[in-house]
Amino acid sequence: MSNPKQTPLYGLHQELGAKETVFGGYLMPVSYPNGSLQEHRHTRTRAGLFDISHMGQARIRVAPDAFEKVAAPFTGDIDTLAPGEMVYSLMTNDTGGIHDDVIVARLPEGDGGGDGFHITVNAGGKEANLAYLAGALKSVGALQEQDDKALLALQGPRAVHVLEKELGCSFADLFFMQCRWIAWKDITCLVARCGYTGEDGFEISIPAAHAEAFARALLAHEEVEAIGLGARDSLRMEAGLSLYGQDITATTTPIEAGLAFFVSKRRRERKDFPGSDTIIEQLKTRPNRRLVGLLPQDKALLRPHAELLDKSGAVIGEVTSGGFGASFGGAIALGYVARGFESPESEVFAKVRSREITARVTRLPFVKHNYYRK
Amino acid sequence: MSEKQYTKQHEWLSVDGDVGTVGISEHAQDQLGDVVYVELPAVGKTLEANAEMAVVESNKAASDVYAPVAGEVIEVNPQLEERPELINESAEDKGWLVKLRLNADASADSLMSAADYQNFVKNES
Repeated sequence: MSNPKQTPLYGLHQELGAKETVFGGYLMPVSYPNGSLQEHRHTRTRAGLFDISHMGQARIRVAPDAFEKVAAPFTGDIDTLAPGEMVYSLMTNDTGGIHDDVIVARLPEGDGGGDGFHITVNAGGKEANLAYLAGALKSVGALQEQDDKALLALQGPRAVHVLEKELGCSFADLFFMQCRWIAWKDITCLVARCGYTGEDGFEISIPAAHAEAFARALLAHEEVEAIGLGARDSLRMEAGLSLYGQDITATTTPIEAGLAFFVSKRRRERKDFPGSDTIIEQLKTRPNRRLVGLLPQDKALLRPHAELLDKSGAVIGEVTSGGFGASFGGAIALGYVARGFESPESEVFAKVRSREITARVTRLPFVKHNYYRK
Repeated sequence: MSEKQYTKQHEWLSVDGDVGTVGISEHAQDQLGDVVYVELPAVGKTLEANAEMAVVESNKAASDVYAPVAGEVIEVNPQLEERPELINESAEDKGWLVKLRLNADASADSLMSAADYQNFVKNES
């Protein structure tokens, strides 16, 4: 394997005493000296700063007559987004599985570069997914990877207050899943109100050369702490948000993953996205398995790949994510269960070492979302 | 009580008469991160040396803890059920895991001194 890459904030992570791991090909902070549990709680109560520059960013400029074509690789209504609006969407494959889950934003007006879209993809498989997208969108225009940009997330109930102070503007009229251009010291940033924690918050795409100075400026606010990938994972699990590569993969469909909402009505009618036959069929007949929330009735943690059994001991599924929900206050997990076990309160049994732990199927999220909606 | 001795799997053992107290090292807790759950053996269980004795879990990983010497479990740390974070706060004291009544022929000869263990950890990383 080649040497792990570093984000523009690598030096800052080291200075802050981060423990590191390789994730998505990048050397990333897992936690800082305060530890993942404290970082998790800090994000839920104040504001956490995440370096997510390992994720892939790309832009494509689009002529007015080519909008519908931009939507082709995705399951959502990309083409009808207004400037500054964004959606969570799925890049599906021909068998109805998921290449990647992405955020697609119609670029806000006013950067002078023309109309188009900003696409954020996951770190894992970034090169392959961007190459695939570039091919799929070739007739629309050139997909330009923004590898000269860093991506920072500021999440938590105090994020808006901090960012308004730092940027000297108001976000009262910037709602969840909207974005706009904002200058920080003459540096143009794309500021999006979204995140991966279930909290109100922002993701800020900023030129890499200025990312460290901006991160330091945010960390200088008393309410902001740097947060590592450990807390990012437990926060997203509590929020019931899927992790690509674990909960959703090339062999799980959006319907199995409980993401039917992100296969838009219009696209269902048009049947014009990859894998639409399989996906639309599953919408009618219900899939053979579903991703559900699981509450272990024990303090032991469930880990990915732990088998899920029914009362008779037959395997009926598998855990895909599991850990300790610091705000929820106990062990939580996500996993696939066979049809018939997906309704809340169903009981399944998870194999953990030599024991079988009872787990109750539950509705997601584990901790309620606090998005800033209109 | 004897000086603490250490294993390559990052357990520590401290012997007082025929009773050995076992925990995980400061280095091990630091590697694991915030401990959120500890699975302890039943009192009365007899363990061979190197047998699986307990599991210490953080969000990052579940880590097996092995018996450094053979013996019978006579007590487990009652505080860990409610306060697993004691292992992070005080891995080599208040965060002890298990007390073993050592077998008559139990031998701790293969264990490392604190200084040797520090060297071992340094070379491992």
